[in-house]
Amino acid sequence: MSVAVSQAPNVRVQRWTPLSVAFTGGLTGLVVLLAFAPVVLGENTQNNLIQLYFLVIMAMMWNALAGYGGLVSVGQQGFLGIGAYAAVFLSVQHSLNPYLSMLLATLIGGAIAIPVAAVVLWLRNGAFAIATWVVAEAFAILVSLDPNPAIGGGTGTSALLPFNLRYTPQQRLHYTYWAALGAVAVLLLLLFVLLRSRLGGSLQAIRDDEEAAASVGVRVLLGKGILFVVAGAGCAAAGTIILAWQLSILPLGPDSIFGINWTAKMIFMVLVGGLGTFEGPIIGAVALYVLQTYGPNGGVWYFILLGGIAIGFALLLPRGIWGTVQERFNVQLLPVGYRLRDVTTGRGTP
Amino acid sequence: MTWVNAVVHGILLGGVYALLASGLALMFGVMRIINLAHGSLALIGAYMAFLLTEHVHITTYLALAPILPGALVAGYVLQRTMLERSLRAGQLVPLLTTFGLLIVIANVLQYFFSPDVHSLDEGRIGATSWNVSSTLAIPWFDVLTLGIAVFVLGSLQLLLRYTQLGRELRATAEDADTAELVGINARAVYARATAIAVATAALAGVFYGMRSSFDPNAGAAQLLYAFEAVVIGGIGSLWGTLWGGIVLGVAQVVGAQINSEYFALSGHVVFLAVLVARSVIQSRGLRLLPRGAG
Repeated sequence: MSVAVSQAPNVRVQRWTPLSVAFTGGLTGLVVLLAFAPVVLGENTQNNLIQLYFLVIMAMMWNALAGYGGLVSVGQQGFLGIGAYAAVFLSVQHSLNPYLSMLLATLIGGAIAIPVAAVVLWLRNGAFAIATWVVAEAFAILVSLDPNPAIGGGTGTSALLPFNLRYTPQQRLHYTYWAALGAVAVLLLLLFVLLRSRLGGSLQAIRDDEEAAASVGVRVLLGKGILFVVAGAGCAAAGTIILAWQLSILPLGPDSIFGINWTAKMIFMVLVGGLGTFEGPIIGAVALYVLQTYGPNGGVWYFILLGGIAIGFALLLPRGIWGTVQERFNVQLLPVGYRLRDVTTGRGTP
Repeated sequence: MTWVNAVVHGILLGGVYALLASGLALMFGVMRIINLAHGSLALIGAYMAFLLTEHVHITTYLALAPILPGALVAGYVLQRTMLERSLRAGQLVPLLTTFGLLIVIANVLQYFFSPDVHSLDEGRIGATSWNVSSTLAIPWFDVLTLGIAVFVLGSLQLLLRYTQLGRELRATAEDADTAELVGINARAVYARATAIAVATAALAGVFYGMRSSFDPNAGAAQLLYAFEAVVIGGIGSLWGTLWGGIVLGVAQVVGAQINSEYFALSGHVVFLAVLVARSVIQSRGLRLLPRGAG
């Protein structure tokens, strides 16, 4: 898969290395293996893995925005809420199959991201961050004011009924597990393809210098818009999985489905794993999962630790765990970028 | 008459938001640093006032005497330790670190003060009002808040325009490297400006706490309202921030008049409408409104 560059220094541009081929193959194998988990593993483990899966999705989406598009969103919880409530609306109000509702709710999340993008994308940095937050708040208030009994207004709602009508609790667990794993796999693949395409290169140009990118013909708004819509759909998917996992949801408050604490988790995962690296968010999600499982789960100390560690990483280790490893050992396991490889010495640079 | 009432009270509420937004306008509009923990720092001011009034038994106004210098020091330290490092690491990093700070502050406050709501005593002025007519009464406390907002914004304007610090600050914001070349200590200038911004935040937090009750998570809402005031008024303009606060306050109170649950929502809607209007105007190349957000 490597292409020779015009004569000059004796280097080759390459995407795939033996290591990344092995790893990408290994990851595909792991996903296939994980698909058999409901047959082998107990209910607790499956529940924990579902939690890990929606964390991975959230981290990937937030990283796609911030790490590849330079867009720090503080409002992705809005799309979690839209996904979850759209799934409730379809399955409780319109008696659709809950898993079909989850799929449709994901598409609704992507569709709603289009007009939101039109409002917020021309803002930069801090203004963009707070505008996304305001949009999320506005959606949360609108949902809490909805008098529809299926939506439940400010007191929240539950999706227990549509699941119980069709499935036993054990079936629900298995199907939710597969839905979550499938969502991770599909979104991972989608981002992988997207970032390897021309769009990936133009996005990195935008992130590094927006004016310069625009001046060489990169369609800045289009690139950012595609990312924003994908992230909106991805976060809506994560929201539907959270709904299927915890069954009841609330619209208001920092711990609710529209709560700001979700963004705190996303920022933690991406900063710890490695902002702007493809593999980092997965590592960050595992780190958060470990913190939740073995540290204080929920409560004030959990969030103090979460915020403190995120600040520490931003200041002291801004490349995160994976970014640092990548720099140190010059490895890329999932090849989204290009590497230069010096043929004479065999050393490569990322 | 209820509508006149709503507009008048909206204007007065705008005073609180303008006061909250003044420090943010200084940091975001002039220094181009967005401090997502601004509302949380204001909230710390309110909680400190609560501690002092509860345990030292002084009035809320007297509590400002130790709080404001404390906030100056806190702001200075915040800039020299966290923000300065963040700024060096890139444009996005201050957003991430101040967001982390917002989460930490909300939970530390919850740990020490419980998630329950608290409020501050506004003293004897709280019970008095100016009875304009039989249906319109204007609380003197609200007039005082609006007056302080005008005073703070005016002082900041004078500071920026006429003092050594103001000139150095504007020069540093324009081009920090060149400012350093002509002998300005950019880091010290930014640290002093952040100190002032945090002190105004603490002042605003205390007045906010006297006007309405607060809980450990109130910092987020205060940040959003303050930011909305800055953007509606036009980024970079201190007097614009006053008008922005007033527009936001009127939108909220008039919205609440229609349906009491529309209070926060109508403010958000007006803010987003301003953003859309600006983007339309900007895309047509016209510059009718104050400098757009960006």
